[in-house]
Amino acid sequence: MNPKKSQTLPAKESRAEADGWALTRRSFMVGSLAGGLVMGFGGLTAARSARAELAAHNFSPVVWFEMEPDGTTWVNIAKAEMGQHVGTALARIVADELGVAWKHVRIRHVDSDPKWGYMVTGGSWSVFTSFAMLSRAGAAGRTVLLEQGAKLLGAAPGNCTVADSEVRCGDQSISYSDIIARGDTDRVFTAEELEALPIKPASERRLIGTRAMALDIPAKTDGSARYGIDVELDGMVYARPVLPPTRYGSSVVAVDESAAKDVRGYQGHHVITDPSSTLQGWVMALADSQWGAIKAADALNVEWNAGPTAGVSEQDLLAEGERLASQSGSGTLFVNEGDVDSARSGAAHTVEATYRTSSVLHFHLEPVNATVEERDGVWHVHTGNQWQSLIIPLLAQALEVEDSQVVMHQYYLGGGFGRRLFGDYALPAALTAKALGRPVKAVFTREDDARFDCIRSPSVCRLSASLDSDNRLTGIEHAIAAGWPTLSMAPGFMGEGVDGKGQFDPFSANGADHWYTVPNHRVRAINNDLAQRTFLPGWLRSVGPGWINFGVESFMDEVAHATGRDPIDFRLDLLDATGRNAGSAPNSVGGASRLANVLRRVREKSGWGGELAADEGLGVATGYGQERNMPTWIGCVARVRVDRESGVVKVSDIYLDFDCGTVVHPDGALAQAEGSALWGLSMALHEGTAIEKGQVAARNLDRYSPLRLADVPRLHIDFVDSTEFPVGLGEPAVSVVGPAVANAIFAAVGVRMRDLPIRPDAIKAALLATA
Amino acid sequence: MTSFTLNGKPVTSQAEADTPLLWVIRDEFKLKGTKFGCGIAQCGACTVHVDGAPLRSCSAPVSSVAGQSITTIEGLDPEGRHPLQIAWVEAQVPQCGYCQSGQIMQAADLLRRKPDASDDEIVQHMTGNLCRCMSYTRIMKAVRLAADHLNNGAGGAA
Repeated sequence: MNPKKSQTLPAKESRAEADGWALTRRSFMVGSLAGGLVMGFGGLTAARSARAELAAHNFSPVVWFEMEPDGTTWVNIAKAEMGQHVGTALARIVADELGVAWKHVRIRHVDSDPKWGYMVTGGSWSVFTSFAMLSRAGAAGRTVLLEQGAKLLGAAPGNCTVADSEVRCGDQSISYSDIIARGDTDRVFTAEELEALPIKPASERRLIGTRAMALDIPAKTDGSARYGIDVELDGMVYARPVLPPTRYGSSVVAVDESAAKDVRGYQGHHVITDPSSTLQGWVMALADSQWGAIKAADALNVEWNAGPTAGVSEQDLLAEGERLASQSGSGTLFVNEGDVDSARSGAAHTVEATYRTSSVLHFHLEPVNATVEERDGVWHVHTGNQWQSLIIPLLAQALEVEDSQVVMHQYYLGGGFGRRLFGDYALPAALTAKALGRPVKAVFTREDDARFDCIRSPSVCRLSASLDSDNRLTGIEHAIAAGWPTLSMAPGFMGEGVDGKGQFDPFSANGADHWYTVPNHRVRAINNDLAQRTFLPGWLRSVGPGWINFGVESFMDEVAHATGRDPIDFRLDLLDATGRNAGSAPNSVGGASRLANVLRRVREKSGWGGELAADEGLGVATGYGQERNMPTWIGCVARVRVDRESGVVKVSDIYLDFDCGTVVHPDGALAQAEGSALWGLSMALHEGTAIEKGQVAARNLDRYSPLRLADVPRLHIDFVDSTEFPVGLGEPAVSVVGPAVANAIFAAVGVRMRDLPIRPDAIKAALLATA
Repeated sequence: MTSFTLNGKPVTSQAEADTPLLWVIRDEFKLKGTKFGCGIAQCGACTVHVDGAPLRSCSAPVSSVAGQSITTIEGLDPEGRHPLQIAWVEAQVPQCGYCQSGQIMQAADLLRRKPDASDDEIVQHMTGNLCRCMSYTRIMKAVRLAADHLNNGAGGAA
């Protein structure tokens, strides 16, 4: 019944592991091997030679790369490719420091061997957490090649430079491949030496910040890119699940397969017993083809004892969220600055509002799937996945084997968006393969995928503001209630309340600890326990800020209007970059002043304050990305026009300005900005479902309607030219578009929409109520 | 048994008559570039050509294409250098890439019939194809690029 999974990570070390650099304070080795040059992070001692350690595979690198005798440089990528062109960005960081010509660079997506280190791709972390490490690794390789090249040229290293896979000294040069061919490299850098290596100044970068064609794109235009769903293994059985009526607590009473036996190629069914308790009440239909498995699953007549949440509705969940959020003192303290209660009791005016968001599906276009086989005691799991290090222990528990007996093989992901952070979808294939003793390919249909999705939880944000007699904002109390993904899936990543009393899910609270200076500020993070019991809450693109910033930025707009202020002027006054909002090196240098900068820039380019047509409006929102410690500064203005008759909102333009520090792969950055902005718009106006009878109601495109080409507005996107530390871009724009659109609707026709998605009927009703 | 032409070669499928063409292409003939997305002909990831016209292969029984000529993304151009494929790389369209075979096949139909299509016509023709990564602005750009290329290459003739 309890959806909590077993503890899979030590609570204190988990985040540091994911951050990478903290754990790579170890030696770095560069050694000749098999005619090439291998570089990687080694063990904690540097007593032996690099060559001996590397030859013995005695290393546990978070990243490493290899140079072949002809100079071809393979950069191993332990991140999932799901559309962000991550391999291209990471390889360019290495290659720039290494001085290797881009034409020599190749990337290789690796399996889950522990030597690659902790494997997770999410949180818009990849460039942020890899940049320093990859730069230093590249610099170490360059140092060795430069010193060896100088020696071979008879020159002093200080007189030599590297570029385009060559060491140069005056008019002499020697190629990297000629250096590698000597085969006598054996060098170890201690962690301290590595940190002291010179990293290129930004002015000397040749690859970072310049246009590049993404390495994964050509294969995605001719049908040759391989996704998990494309895997075939010899002797495999096709399978499709028959899902139980509730996520938790259902059990199979009886299976009638008489109709299924009429399906050609039917190979029986399997009732899953899962020692990890992840799958409760599952039946697998088996056949010799995918179509046979699809039909057989429909034909199986399964009787269940349904779990206790079989009657839960979306309204129940939102009502519970509102009840919890309105209880004073509920939840765990995430922010507690000043004295909110005193500000409240001394207030001349108050403003209060509650914002809600509905259940949202990931709807990655490749339905979840996995193909699994056991060979020589090792379980090979073929599937696209974002968080191998999280799911391997659970797979091992389900299969009743050691973690070391599970290997995940990576493929392109047909969309991740956070769904593939949790690889529970590999369990049905794995457990069926174990029961049958042969390989199994289990593909979910779209409807199966929707029912098994770890949706974005319905949410409630309740905000109240205290204002003094001069209409100055003196305090904000903010209660946020939702199902918590991290509690169920990765409890090692839970956060501790600021008063030391209890834990909370930081990924369901980020966004509330904003950069506006408010002297008294309290945020209570509240778990919606009914949501937690009814479904598995998921991390969905932009996670907490995706719904919390809708509350924060809608509320800032309401307070600005309540006090007669221009919404941008009001925000700029609060972005004073003082105290805790001053920022710190290296991640948030400049603090809130950088947010104020992008806000001014977007004000300028959006024509804010200019003439508008009837029922047209501009709305503003700011955002700082996924986490306060990794701020991606964003200013956003949306231009909308509302049809009062139909309630339909037409968004004509979205203006966005980003400051994300150094931009590694500019075109990839722009693509992420475009996609995430449109995701924000899609969730504002088009997407949303409801829990009905314990499960999501909309399971396919007949009822679930993500944004289509015809709905796309003009996008006006710019990046601040910066050499500050790079942060993340995969998600942040999601969080600003929704509130900007809602604020623009208010500006256009004077109705305040506090629920996402914003449906035409709701606008019509609100207009009627104000008429 | 159903016989038809697949990327120029005659083939005979052993699959049951009601099997969607999609699974026949993918699992019987091992052409994996055509994708399964929604299964109800509403996302377009499974788009192929039947005698040159786009078809949602997830919802077309294999028996319905007997005697016809099917083209998949693998058969669109022998070198993978169809003007749309070149434009797709030039405009850096794909993100996850899963929908893009279907997007390209859908667009190829428009370009063949109406290489001088207006932006509005491109939108109308392409809006039934879902891109979950929302690479839409680049899809527009790439179709435009390919159309312009075709028009110029044909001496501006439409």
